[in-house]
Amino acid sequence: MGILAWTWILVGITFALYIGIAIWARAGSSKEFYVAGGGVPPILNGMATAADWMSAASFISLAGIVSFTGYDGSVYLMGWTGGYVLLALLLAPYLRKFGKFTVPDFIGDRYYSNTARVVAVVAALIVSFTYVAGQMRGVGIVFSRYLEVDINTGVYIGMAIVLFYAVLGGMKGITYTQVAQYCVLIFAFMVPAIFISFQMTGNPIPQLGFGGTGEDGIYLLDKLDGLSQELGFHEYTSGNKSMIDVFAITTALMVGTAGLPHVIVRFFTVPKVKDARVSAGWALLFIAILYTTVPAVAVFARIKLIETVSNAEYAELPEWFGNWEKTGLLKFDDKNADGVVQYVADKEVNELTIDRDIMVLANPEIAQLPNWVVALVGAGGLAAALSTAAGLLLVIASSISHDLFKKIIKPDISEKGELLAARISAAIAVCIAGYFGINPPGFVAAVVALAFGLAAASFFPAILLGIFDKRMNKEGAISGMIVGLSLMFFYMAKYKLGWIGDMPDSSEWWFGISPEGFGTVAMIVNFVISIIVSRVTPAPPQDVQEIVEHIRIPSGAGEASSH
Amino acid sequence: MSKTDMKAYWKQNLGYLAILLSIWFLVSYVFGILLVNQLNTIKFAGFKLGFWFAQQGSMYVFVILIFVYVWLMNKLDKKYGVDE
Repeated sequence: MGILAWTWILVGITFALYIGIAIWARAGSSKEFYVAGGGVPPILNGMATAADWMSAASFISLAGIVSFTGYDGSVYLMGWTGGYVLLALLLAPYLRKFGKFTVPDFIGDRYYSNTARVVAVVAALIVSFTYVAGQMRGVGIVFSRYLEVDINTGVYIGMAIVLFYAVLGGMKGITYTQVAQYCVLIFAFMVPAIFISFQMTGNPIPQLGFGGTGEDGIYLLDKLDGLSQELGFHEYTSGNKSMIDVFAITTALMVGTAGLPHVIVRFFTVPKVKDARVSAGWALLFIAILYTTVPAVAVFARIKLIETVSNAEYAELPEWFGNWEKTGLLKFDDKNADGVVQYVADKEVNELTIDRDIMVLANPEIAQLPNWVVALVGAGGLAAALSTAAGLLLVIASSISHDLFKKIIKPDISEKGELLAARISAAIAVCIAGYFGINPPGFVAAVVALAFGLAAASFFPAILLGIFDKRMNKEGAISGMIVGLSLMFFYMAKYKLGWIGDMPDSSEWWFGISPEGFGTVAMIVNFVISIIVSRVTPAPPQDVQEIVEHIRIPSGAGEASSH
Repeated sequence: MSKTDMKAYWKQNLGYLAILLSIWFLVSYVFGILLVNQLNTIKFAGFKLGFWFAQQGSMYVFVILIFVYVWLMNKLDKKYGVDE
């Protein structure tokens, strides 16, 4: 059976599964809609968090990024996992004890201010929308590459599926579909990785395999260092970025991860404080299974690719090369017309352009794995994109129906009315996300990477200080969030998007820190401003100080409530 | 829970956080970034040590840290009678 037939079968089965789960796990109340009724077992919540967290980018692009940047790719590996330590130790248990539905809920109540709530809602919407547009696009791209449909048709199909289970099931439906999606995506990622590791090193465990030796008895990493330098690239195991930039990007990603509303809200769904702690552990374990495999896949794929194409006769390249040339992910331009592929770092001489996504998408074909394994990658990519999109859409919907509608505009709305409002907001959010998936504004790709910087610059300090600094008041938190967000926006607009004057050269970066890492600076500024302002303005009222005492002790968490 | 108990409980919690977050910082920022070149002179199996910490070791330690924290806090909650 061909790859296309296998892909249709696997995608069909997994989609039927998601829809079945959604019908079984419909939300009956607003509490079920926002936090799945607060009754999700910690291990399942860990799986759902992992699927929520790992987006199309983690699944499809990450191995490629690491593959082409070597050591520099470590910022994503450490950044996107290390944040869970902060989350588990500093935020999740206390937010669960606080026992509300959303992040703006916490900010609004802890800082006894609707202004703070609105600032938090705006920040949550900006972060989630920039992120979700990329996911819908990802769904479209996977559809078009694997199922040979138009990208836009792919986006429509993706929208229909997400619409169905997010609107019907809310957080409850999303949680249980995410559990299924985690299983699909991890299976789809690990099977090819294990096959390839065994093929290249004789060791089926990729994490160990890439420290092993190939058939020629040379360590793979030494071989790759040698090959990279031979072709004029930097040595694989050392990087190009400056140490301070690596430091700043890693921090921005870690702190941003801990501050992303769609991740934090997952910890409101478990029954107890200790469940919130342990489910962060499970989540990271499930994430780490994929993330520790990524650098191994990166090395295997890079060596295979170089060995197959470098100085090979174009006419004699294997069939997959032509297949991926058709998609535009591989481009060969025979500059010196010798019929041989020159793949080198020097742009003048180099004849091969490789899209980084190919390292995961084409890897099974390059390694000549069976067709069903190739098809699995498509189903896995869809699971990763859909699960993240659904989680983000829920944050958007609850920000609107709960934080804005119920808390500010119409506090006397009935339970039924709120549930309806939540469903309508979810449906509208899907349509907006779909629109951006079909008509991506040019800057989306650039901005998605910066969503972390925005989260780091706004939420993380406000939440952390809200728990650990009893003296923190609304004046401090609000001014910190506004200054942090504005500073991040300014730096992004100037140094990443080139909206202010001419796009400056990277030598003009402040402290040598790239826009991707600037969230770290904006976060520090937020902390400093918050602390200074709070010390020169009145202390928070007594009842708020009591809330802080109360969330520091686990017992008596009770159920998440809207009151 | 009395005021003094509450203070002691919170202090112990902050103590755990300080130790665990120091390890978190050490394996990622120190071993994986600041000292990466020095550690890369040490090799085990096919890995340079600094590179290994940046792309493998730090992540294993992160997972362990969270579960250790869970275990410590469950014990602490019991000791002060605030477990659920």
